[in-house]
Amino acid sequence: MANRCVPLVLLACGSFNPITNQHMRLFELARDHLHSTGQYQVVGGIVSPVSDGYGKQGLVLAKHRIAMAKLALKSSNWVTVDEWESQQPDWTETVVTMRYHYQRILKEYEQRSTGMHTNSSSNATPLSSPPPQLKLLCGADFLDTFKIPGLWQDEHVEEVAGRFGLVCVSRGRLQPERAVHDSDTLSRHQQNIFLVREWVRNDTSATEVRRALRRGLSVKYLIPDSVIEYIHQHNLYTEDSERRNKGTVLRPLTKQAQQPVNSLDD
Amino acid sequence: MEAHNITSLVLLACGSFNPITNMHLRMFELARDHLEDTGQYRVVKGIISPVSDGYKKKGLIEASHRLEMARLATENSDWITVDSWECLQPEWVETAKVVRHHHEELLSAARNNDDVDTVKHTKKRRIDENYLGVSSHQKRRDGPQLMLLCGADVLESFGKPNMWKQEDIAEIVGRYGLVCITRSGSEPNKFIHQSDMLWKYRKNIHMVHEWVANDVSATHVRRALRRGQSVRYLLPDPVVHYIQECDLYSAESEQKNADVVLAPLQRYTDASSS
Repeated sequence: MANRCVPLVLLACGSFNPITNQHMRLFELARDHLHSTGQYQVVGGIVSPVSDGYGKQGLVLAKHRIAMAKLALKSSNWVTVDEWESQQPDWTETVVTMRYHYQRILKEYEQRSTGMHTNSSSNATPLSSPPPQLKLLCGADFLDTFKIPGLWQDEHVEEVAGRFGLVCVSRGRLQPERAVHDSDTLSRHQQNIFLVREWVRNDTSATEVRRALRRGLSVKYLIPDSVIEYIHQHNLYTEDSERRNKGTVLRPLTKQAQQPVNSLDD
Repeated sequence: MEAHNITSLVLLACGSFNPITNMHLRMFELARDHLEDTGQYRVVKGIISPVSDGYKKKGLIEASHRLEMARLATENSDWITVDSWECLQPEWVETAKVVRHHHEELLSAARNNDDVDTVKHTKKRRIDENYLGVSSHQKRRDGPQLMLLCGADVLESFGKPNMWKQEDIAEIVGRYGLVCITRSGSEPNKFIHQSDMLWKYRKNIHMVHEWVANDVSATHVRRALRRGQSVRYLLPDPVVHYIQECDLYSAESEQKNADVVLAPLQRYTDASSS
């Protein structure tokens, strides 16, 4: 019997400032969970660091965040780093990043399946594997951001949850079920939202890592050695770097505030 | 000179290390940061001492594998080492004896000004420099101080019947000292308060608070491995590879010692009944 599993690519958007072992654990946990459903074959993972235009406090330059993510994922045979989002001059809505990646993945898939048709000379019509899906991989705290006024446009939430889908790994004591329940949009697309329970509590966050680095404390075994080396070489996280964008309003908040006007113009 | 008062310190961690996890390694990093921050200590070396097979803990795989994994895990550390003395003993050795053994080793090393350990050259040199750097200030010949590094669970196990001999606890805490990693939710201070012996030696007990909770346990790792789930980023990559190569943790290996009484319980229960 042919594999009827739906091929799936996981996309993680975020600051990755810096990437931590916990970020990479999310991918591993999500893949194990999706495979255990018997419905999906996870064929890839993408780490997409946000652009400098995001305006988050303490965000170091994208080129460094990209370099660190690449070092960290050097030893992974399925998760890769993509620079597209980070290279956009302005912050990109997550849904736009998803559309970009989905188009790219679909194109690859179509090329591959037409390639199979031309190659197969005999009667064996290639079993057209179902088209790949793209889902957004996130931590449980991410679901709560949907509630923050002005951060998300309703139709974007609709598209992320409805058209693509979410894989959400619960961390600590957060209750992702609650966040889904509280949102009409999210509960409407419940069947497209996969909640992965992380049984081992691990509160490692990039914020904690930066704090330890500023204070000269060890971050070994929280982030890969190669990333630690890179951080020291470039003296990346200091009190100065933490003041970057201080007092700046997060770009989604200003960008989205203009949007309703734009849509009236349309 | 302020350096006069800095004591050089070696941290010893005893346990199953079945398998060693990033959490075990983090404990060393947290302890060193904390102790050096007090301005009183310079942590010159960490020793991981896996327990011998004679401990008879359920699911405990052969010492040779646990030793090798610990070695692989510490390859990239310039101060944490692995010692095989304890795990090569045919029978389980009381922790107090292990601490005593390492203290004697340190003493004789200081006398001979020679490191008896089999650490790799670079690591050895770095550790030698650590010793010399401090001892030249201290002008001491009695070697560095040794403390037992543990999680809050070990501190709490002191209260469990037949797990520890009281004089052993007194020796470990009174003569050497304890560094205990704690986290929100556990109440080690209350535990010390409730034990007259621990309270007596409270000044030898160093509490290190771990602000970032991390519940990775070897038990959890073994469970994930039995179920074919990923353990990447919970253990160092070389350890993950070693486990896969040797096919180490299975439903079968978890049944090892399933019906056997833990060595300390056996020893102390017999002793108290005879």
